[in-house]
Amino acid sequence: MAEEVKLFRTWSSPYALRIVWALKLKGIEYETIFEDLTNKSPSLLQYNPIHGKVPVLVHDGKPVCESLVILEYVDETWKHNPLLPQDPYEKSMARFWANFGDDKLMKSIWQLFIAHEKDQDVAAVAALENLKLVEEQLKGKKFFHGETIGYLDLAFGWIANIVSILEEIMSLKLVDGERFPHLSSWIQHFMDAPVIRDCWPPRDKMIIKFQVMRENYLAPATPK
Amino acid sequence: MEETGGVKLLGFWVSPFAQRVKWALKLKGIQYEYTEEDIYNKSPLVSKLNPVYGKVPVLVHNGKPISESIIILEYIDEVWKQAPLLPQDPYERAQARFWAKFAEEKVRQSVWEAVCSSGEEKQKAVKSAVEAFEEFEKELKRRGTKFFGGETIGFVDIVAGCISYQLAVHEEVGSIKILDSSKFPAISEWIKNFLNHPLINEGLPQKDQMFAYFSKRSKEIASRKMSHKTA
Repeated sequence: MAEEVKLFRTWSSPYALRIVWALKLKGIEYETIFEDLTNKSPSLLQYNPIHGKVPVLVHDGKPVCESLVILEYVDETWKHNPLLPQDPYEKSMARFWANFGDDKLMKSIWQLFIAHEKDQDVAAVAALENLKLVEEQLKGKKFFHGETIGYLDLAFGWIANIVSILEEIMSLKLVDGERFPHLSSWIQHFMDAPVIRDCWPPRDKMIIKFQVMRENYLAPATPK
Repeated sequence: MEETGGVKLLGFWVSPFAQRVKWALKLKGIQYEYTEEDIYNKSPLVSKLNPVYGKVPVLVHNGKPISESIIILEYIDEVWKQAPLLPQDPYERAQARFWAKFAEEKVRQSVWEAVCSSGEEKQKAVKSAVEAFEEFEKELKRRGTKFFGGETIGFVDIVAGCISYQLAVHEEVGSIKILDSSKFPAISEWIKNFLNHPLINEGLPQKDQMFAYFSKRSKEIASRKMSHKTA
C-alpha cells in the first residue's frame, strides 16, 4: 500500500525545515505544499484549524501539527535511522533542550534582534547566557547526540541558519568562534551535512524578510 | 524489567506542575519520596537539580534529575509501563501531545494571565481563555469518552487536570468567569469525573489556602507589570 505523505510549509519557516530534514534523513517520499500565510489555503485551515500554522504533516489523510510533535511522530512511525535516543533519560534531556531552544533561546535572540539601541546590552546578556548553556551541551560531541545528526540537531538547526542572518542585519556577532567554539564547530558540521545543506531557504530573500520585520518593530518608537 | 531505583519528587504544595507529576506517579502506583521546596526561599537543591530554570517539579530517578512537568510525564510513562498515560498508536500519541501542549499554553496559561492582568489586557486574556475552552470542549465532545484518554485517565487529562481544582479559585481571585457549565457541559462533566477518581482528589491543596496564595501572587505580578509600564 503506497503511503501518502504531505508537508505543508512556507519557504522560510525554520519549524518546517525540521520536518524537511527529518523526512530526508529517513528517506521518506512526500509532497510539499507551500503556503502563503497571508492567504491560507482551505486545506491548511482544514488540517490545522486551531492554529492555522505550518508545518503540518499529513500522513494518509491524517494531520499532525507542531514541529516537535511531528518530529516524534515521524520517529515513531518510521523506525529506521532513529532521531531520538532510545534511553528514556537521554530522550528526556533531548526534549528538555529542544523546548529550551524554542521557549528561551529563540525568544532571547529575537528580543535582542528587535531591541532598540538602549535595550540592546541587556537583551544581549540574556541571549549570550542561553547560548552558553547550549554550548555546554556540545562539549566532546560532533552533534548533539554524538556522531550522527538527530532530533536535537534538527530542533536547534535554526541556529545554524537564522542566527548568521540576524547577525548580518544587526552588524553584531553573537556566535563567535572564541566564545562559542563548540557551537561554531557544530554549525559548520551541520551546514556541511549533505542532508541539511541543500534545504536552506535563499539567503538574500531571508535577509530582506528579517530586515523588514526588524524595521517594523523598531519604527514606531523611533524618536524624531 | 522492574525499576527499583529510588524515585524522588521535589515540588511545591500549590504548584499545578508538581501536581501533574504526583498524579502520574500515583496512577502508576510508584512509591516516591516527596520533598517540599519553598520556591520563595529556594534551597541549594533546586539550583543543583534544575540549574537551567531553578524551578520545581524535578523528578529524580536513580540519581538523575528530570525537569519540566510534561517532559517528566513522558519519562514516567516510558520507564513504568503499567497504567499507560499515552496511547500506543503514533498518530494518537501525536494528538495527545498536541492537546497537552494546547492545554498548557492556551488553557492554563491564559486563565492565569487573565487573573494577573487588568483593564483591556484582562479582557483580551479572558477572551483567549474562553476561546481555548471552546476548542477543548469541541474536542472532548468529538471524542465522546469519559476522559480525554478514553475510559481511563491519560496524558492530556493529567496536563489539563489543574483546571479541575484550581479554575474556580482563579475565577474568584481574578473576578472572572470562564467556565459557564451551560456553555461547557463536556468540560464540566470531565471535571466531575476527573475529581471523582480517589487518587486524583487525594491530597489536593485546600481551597482557602489556594485562594490566599493566588490572591497574593496575582497582586505581586500585577504590581510588577504596573511598575514596568510606568518605569
